[in-house]
Parts: sequence; structure tokens; C-alpha cells
Amino acid sequence: MSKLVLKPNLSRADDFYAALLAEHETLTRDESDAYNARLLLVLANHVGDPDILAQALAAARK
Amino acid sequence: MSRIFETPLYPYQRSADQDAADPVRHPVIIVGAGPVGLAAAIDLAQRDVPVVVIDENDKVSFGSRAICFSKRTLEILDRLGVDPALTEMGVTWNAGRVFFDEREVYNFNLLPETGHKRPAFINLQQYHFEKFLVDRCRQLQSQGKPLEIRGNSKVSALRQQVGFVSLDVETPDGPYTLEADWLLACDGANSPIRRMMGLDFVGRVFEDNFLIADVVMEADFPTERWFWFDPPFNRGQSALLHKQPDGVWRIDLQLGWDIDREREKLPENVIPRLKAMLGDDVKFELEWVSIYTFQCRRMEKFRYDHVIFAGDSAHQVSPFGARGANSGLQDVDNLGWKLKAVIDGLADAALLDTYDAERVLGADENILNSTRSTDFITPKSEMSRILRNAVLDLAEKHEFARPLVNSGRLSVPCVYHGSPLNGPDEGDFPSRTRPGSPAVDAPIPGGWLLDTLDGGFHLLAINVNNAEPIEEAGFHVRVLELKSAGAGAIGERYLGNEKTAIYLIRPDQHVVARWREYSEKAIRRALRRALGNDLHGDVA
Repeated sequence: MSKLVLKPNLSRADDFYAALLAEHETLTRDESDAYNARLLLVLANHVGDPDILAQALAAARK
Repeated sequence: MSRIFETPLYPYQRSADQDAADPVRHPVIIVGAGPVGLAAAIDLAQRDVPVVVIDENDKVSFGSRAICFSKRTLEILDRLGVDPALTEMGVTWNAGRVFFDEREVYNFNLLPETGHKRPAFINLQQYHFEKFLVDRCRQLQSQGKPLEIRGNSKVSALRQQVGFVSLDVETPDGPYTLEADWLLACDGANSPIRRMMGLDFVGRVFEDNFLIADVVMEADFPTERWFWFDPPFNRGQSALLHKQPDGVWRIDLQLGWDIDREREKLPENVIPRLKAMLGDDVKFELEWVSIYTFQCRRMEKFRYDHVIFAGDSAHQVSPFGARGANSGLQDVDNLGWKLKAVIDGLADAALLDTYDAERVLGADENILNSTRSTDFITPKSEMSRILRNAVLDLAEKHEFARPLVNSGRLSVPCVYHGSPLNGPDEGDFPSRTRPGSPAVDAPIPGGWLLDTLDGGFHLLAINVNNAEPIEEAGFHVRVLELKSAGAGAIGERYLGNEKTAIYLIRPDQHVVARWREYSEKAIRRALRRALGNDLHGDVA
């Protein structure tokens, strides 16, 4: 089974975070929630592998 | 007890200039005797450029203020001949902890690279830092160097003339007029000089207040940087605890925007906040309390004809990341040798526009980083807060989220990439020492690399034995020959995948150019370029 990457893997983490905040800057709260939902579906599709996605769903649990 | 910041260090003394029939002209006048103005005075006086420093006060700054000084700053101070006891007095720290709500989310160790003379950071109160600089000024004076500090002297008017600046100065004995070929405005974020010139200082205002307290206590907190997001003792806000010398601890508490600043500063309001944070049984004494707000902004340009801005007068950042005073010292480092070359007629005044280009780049980098830290620490929208808290929650369990936690990205010196002064980069060399980078320190036989790069142009010749000293454009380029088998600090930092290297290094220790082999012609050409000879459009 492939393993979900939980070590740092973003090459420019601060740039990504700033870009993410910038996406939300002009959105209302509802629009922001919807944007996040679309974003996670886009990323899930890129990952593809159901084993990895199952591990990701678990990792996000509190 | 008389504290260091209560003792006049450069009390007012009447100057002969005040009795002169006509205004006396000085090559350089520096306005402001803070860390930046004093460092600039030392750099120029060491280069035999006469300087007069004017300050409206006569003491070092009140309260700890800038407390975190970077390795690059300490390296610059070494070049300026400041007593190394400064570094020893400072608290060296490498470890930190990040808390969210009631939990420790993670801890870190900066794990500083070995093979450097100076540590990554020290904590030291600004008043100690300034006192060391004043002491160095006095030492230079005793050696006959042309440096004067005039206390209780306030600039009340400024007139830009053709080729010089005229100033009115108010003193306890009344006003007088001075002239300067060059005026350095090192007069802080509220720069009166900038205001007199009607220049803009635009950027982002952050609607927030921070309480800073210097607390003297006998506590067994370790020498670590502790940062809290949304702690129980300061709900919805942040807090920082950091150790300084003399048993003084620095505490920063975020207070939010709608507060009564004068009321919050009263001890009866500050002490309960600190007790909530430190615990009821910790005995402490308040040394200094202040409330600050901040902005991230810079001037459009740092040079306006014969007036040059350096430090907070030119650019202002939020305090997260220690990018204020440290970037001001880098301004001075960049400016000193250029101004000397222009004053001596060895370079065109256009060289000073590269101070502007290179330090604007540095300021933008600092503003970007400190703005991002501020956005993380004080989220501006509900979604921004949700994302921030998600990062903190994930960071507790998963290592990947830790680099996203941003309680300040600590000051690193700017690489002047794309600078018009940079020359060729011919070889498969390490990225960290590419043209525009500050030379990276390394142990060498008998000492440290940066200690040998003492304010002039240098040629670093590694495994090359035919390099010769060069006289060019009025400068003497000295050669430092080193051997390296590839492993070790010199090999890792300067050779990379090459067997040999020639580095041309500027007086501020930044790399101009590097080659595999020695070529006198190429070095002469790169040196002239580093002096601004290619700035008029004839770049090959």
C-alpha cells in the first residue's frame, strides 16, 4: 500500500500559503467554504490512489 | 539605581560651528544616533570620511526595543571593530516552542550550521547594543578618526541645494545652520527629515496593538523562544516570551485594535495580565512597558539627490522576524563603501543608486516576510483564522504542517540577485555564494574567513596559485589564498562541484563574481562593474 506523505513536501510553503489566503481575500464566508470544497476535490483527483485518499481522510480527523 | 538608558552618553556641548560667521560645511552629516546612524558613523569614520552625528536626545534608547540581532549583524559589527563582548553579553538561543490554546504544538531547534564565528541570533537590549556602538565611536575618536556626536541637537529645517544640503539645528543655546555634502537620514520610522521633505511612506497598516513588557524575574524558563497562539491567558490573541541578558525577559502580548492604550499601559492593568501568563507564584518586576502598533511600508526610493535614507526611516516592518534593526545594519553595510568611493571621486554618484536598488530589494523581501507572519499571527478574516488554526492543529500530529506555522521568519541577509554590480558566475559553484550573496563565513587557518575581508575588495583564490594583487580604479585588491580538498566548510561553501575557484568580494563582503580560473583582465572588468562603470547603458 502506498503511504501518504506527512513529511514536509511543499517546496515553497510560505508562497503557497500566501497564494491560498489571496484566493480567499475577496470571497464571502460561504464562497470561501465552497472554494475550499472545490479545491480539495481538485487535489483528491490529482492524488487518485484510493489508499492514499483514505489515509488523508484519517489524517485530517481531529 | 541609574540605568544605562538614563545616563547621558553624548550630552550637549557647544560646537565651534555655532560661532562660525558662515554655515560650516561637512562631508557627511548623519541625523539620528540609533543603531543605524551610529553604525553608519563608525563605518565612514573608519574609512576616514569625516562624520557629524546629530541627535535630538543624549542617551541610548529607552527600553529593550529591538532585541534580536542576527548573525549578519554581528558579522558587520566585527568589520566595524565593535567590541566582541557584545556577542558574549547577548543571550544565544537556538530552541523554541509553539503553543496553541493550552497545548504545546511542537518545539524546534534551529540547529545552526557549524563553522561560523557568530551564532545565528543573540538577544540583547537595544540600549546595550547602542552603548557598544557609542563606545566604538569614542575609541575611534581617541585614535584621531573624524567623528563627532552632537546631542540635544534637533534638525528643524532642511533645504536641498545644488550639490549639498543645508540644515537648521536647534540646541539649548539656540539655533544654528550647517551644511552637508551628504545627509544620511537615520532618524527612525517617524523620520522628521522624511516629513520635512514631504516624501511618502506608504504601505499596509495593521489594525492591532501589542503590549511589550520588560520583566525582571528569577525564573527557570529555559533559553528558548516561546510563542503562543490563542492561549488561555490571552484569548484570541498571541503572546511571546523571550530571554534577554541581566535576568530581563521580554514579553509581547497582542491586545487587538479597540483598546485604550494609556489605560492598558498602567501597571495595575499590566501586572494581572503577566500574572495570568507566568503564574501567581512567579516574582517579577516591571522594567519597561510600551504599546506599539505597526505598519509594513517603505519609501519609493532611499536616495533623493544628496539625502540618503537608511534603516526604519526608509522602511518599516512588523517586529516578527527581527527584520528591523538587522536590515538597517545591512543598509549601512551596503552604503558605507559606496559613499566613500563617491566622496573620493573613485566612482560616479550613480553608484549610490545601486544602494537604492539593492536595499529596496532587501526591504521588499523583509516586508513580504513580515507581512506574511503578521497575517498568520493575526488573521484578518474568519477563513484566514480557520486555515491558520487548521495548520496549528495539523502541526501537532504531522510534521508536514510545521513549516507552515509562521510566528516570524527570522532575518537572513538579502542576496542582491540581478544587481547591476554583479559580474560573471562561471562554474558549477554552490548557490549560496552566487554573485550578490553575502560571503558565507568559514574557518580558515588561523581564524575566520570574514575577519580577513576587512572593508576593501578581496580576491579569494581557492586551490589557485597564480592570483596576484591588483590595482584598479584607485582600489587595491588583496588576495587571500586558500586550499581545500573539497570537503570542509570552504569546499562546501565555495567550491561545490568545482576543483578551483576565484571569488571577487566587495567591501561589504558581498560576492561580485566568481570564476574557475584567475584572469587579471576579467577581474579588472568585474571590479569596474562593481564600482558602477556599467551603469550608463554600455553593459557588454
